[in-house]
Amino acid sequence: MKFRGKIMDVACLNHFTRVITTISKLTKMCVLRLTPDNLFFVLSGKVANGGVSMWCELSQENFFDEFQMEGVSPEDNEICLEVTPENLSRALKTVQNAKAVKLKLTKKHCPCLTIAAELPTLSSVSRIVTHDVPVDVIPRRLWHEFKEPSMPDFDVSIYLPPLKTMKNVVDRMKNLSNFLVMEANLNGEMNLKIDTDLVSVTTHFKDLGNPPWGDEASQDRGPSQIRDPDAMAQTRVDIRKLQQFLMGQQVNPSKAMCNIVHERVVHLILLHEDVSLQYFIPAVA
Amino acid sequence: MDCVVTGGNVKVLAKAIHSLSRIGDELYVEPQEDGLALRSVNSSRSAYACFLFAPLFFSRYTIPSGPAFRCKMAIKSVQAVFRSLATLEKTVEKCHIELDEQKNRLTFTLHCKHGLMKTHNLSFQDSESLQAVFDKDSYANVFRSHPRLLVDTVVHFSPSLEEVTVSVSDDQMWVKNHVEDEADRSKAMLTELCLASDEFDNFSVQVHNSVTFCLKELRGLLVFAESTGLPISMYFDEPGRPVVLSVTDSVLEGNFVLATLSDDTDQRKNNTKRARTTPPPAPDDFMNDDMDSYLIAMDTSIMPGPSASRPPSPPLVNSTCLNHTAAANHRTRLHSEEEDEEEETVDSCGPPNKKFCSLFFGSVLPPSSQMTTQPLTGQEVLASDSEDDVQ
Repeated sequence: MKFRGKIMDVACLNHFTRVITTISKLTKMCVLRLTPDNLFFVLSGKVANGGVSMWCELSQENFFDEFQMEGVSPEDNEICLEVTPENLSRALKTVQNAKAVKLKLTKKHCPCLTIAAELPTLSSVSRIVTHDVPVDVIPRRLWHEFKEPSMPDFDVSIYLPPLKTMKNVVDRMKNLSNFLVMEANLNGEMNLKIDTDLVSVTTHFKDLGNPPWGDEASQDRGPSQIRDPDAMAQTRVDIRKLQQFLMGQQVNPSKAMCNIVHERVVHLILLHEDVSLQYFIPAVA
Repeated sequence: MDCVVTGGNVKVLAKAIHSLSRIGDELYVEPQEDGLALRSVNSSRSAYACFLFAPLFFSRYTIPSGPAFRCKMAIKSVQAVFRSLATLEKTVEKCHIELDEQKNRLTFTLHCKHGLMKTHNLSFQDSESLQAVFDKDSYANVFRSHPRLLVDTVVHFSPSLEEVTVSVSDDQMWVKNHVEDEADRSKAMLTELCLASDEFDNFSVQVHNSVTFCLKELRGLLVFAESTGLPISMYFDEPGRPVVLSVTDSVLEGNFVLATLSDDTDQRKNNTKRARTTPPPAPDDFMNDDMDSYLIAMDTSIMPGPSASRPPSPPLVNSTCLNHTAAANHRTRLHSEEEDEEEETVDSCGPPNKKFCSLFFGSVLPPSSQMTTQPLTGQEVLASDSEDDVQ
């Protein structure tokens, strides 16, 4: 198992750092899967995580000037590591002005993802800083837990309003309730609702638009094609999970969407050229 | 005592008090012939800091002619006088510090723009003289640099990090975070920074050594040094002997004396982990593109193991790690043979329990009636436990 990557472009480094910082706001631990073409940050929906799962996909070409890896075996040319994204984020944040940053899998006192940066100095010699972030190597027999989640058969898919606006609304609502109902229809309308003994609050968004999912997406959705455009699909979620997602946002997505499976799950998708982030929040009763 | 600080010097004084507040809870004030001394020490007496402002720093400086006056006061209340550094710089024209003997108060008066005057009457306690004894000239390793270099260095470490280890060779200095617990080492992020000697104004090394000390106090000094732009000098030699950080100027001198870790087991641990780094890495390490840094024989078959709820690290990782440690140990031993002097110290050391050596036993004081008659030096005791061990 070998891995080494090098980022030399400041903009790429900055972007990469922001993606990782976003992830660090969503989860304490996650799995980093390295393949010859991609990096994946994965959180599988276990009870310990509150049932939330995450899938973030980066194309290595868009970030790395050099990227070499050798997986467990030629057939399984992948590396799977459990990492603490906050450590990576912290390490990367301090080397934003680096001339070059290297990421490599190393064996120090334990398996580590080493971030080595060459910092500019006034003297002739560069300053080198290395951060060894301990990782756990995940054995192959557990890999199946970290596969890409399949797109759920959603009832309604809708574009999200500006995330900042949504964050402001959710932040206020969080003071009033622990749970929030997200509902949307095929008419471009979305509501965020809280309902407690004392107060009911609903924020209405309209004209959001519904993303056209191609044939393949609609294949299994016989019922939804004849779905009443005004009929709402709704899911009640833990408001903190949604807030966490909105708060950590540093990616500035070009597209933000939400798929709702009635009473089951909210599937949030952020797309930004080379990065996609999917986040699943399960329904609570 | 009666002294007046004007202009930009007010900010310098304020910064000094702020950085002293990073050390301890009390400010020791002692007007001396050679200037006003402000000192602080932490509760475990493992860190001490002193600023001495020469009479020339002040536009007026007079000290009582009678018996030496010295006092201590809560540093928080003095900090409150200089609370907002930003407005201080813009508004305060003059600061007047005066001892009101009748009311037994130390009065700070800030003369601000537009004739505004703020007066703080602070109560104080009589105190012993607080004085650490250290001789900067006796240190083997001396460095001097612009504060920026150290500021840029500490920025890489997490704010919650307590201690750093500094190691030196002839032409390089490594700074890394110190992880106390062996068990934590597999979880904690290790950060290491390498500075070349030519980044320093002065880099003189006689002993290749490494010392571990608290980062918090260093950060405190950096606050001061950065705002004044004064170069920082650093003095250290063997572990256990305090490290001295100082800033000097024609009208002021600041010295921070910080205990270093001397625990021998810790030292050995350090050596073990340093076995990897002590032989200075090749200068082109960063550019060195070998990919073989990590290689694991991973069993790809299904292994019987605990339930899948938490991915256990594969047993093979452990065994290779062990081998690695063994090899490292071996190397340490070789390394130690070269420096058998050091090895002896380690072996002969007493109980390995103590963390930081106390710097001072200085507060053991005669009753205050004797204070004035006793020669000052008699009360100033300074020794570190480890020095005793070493000798």
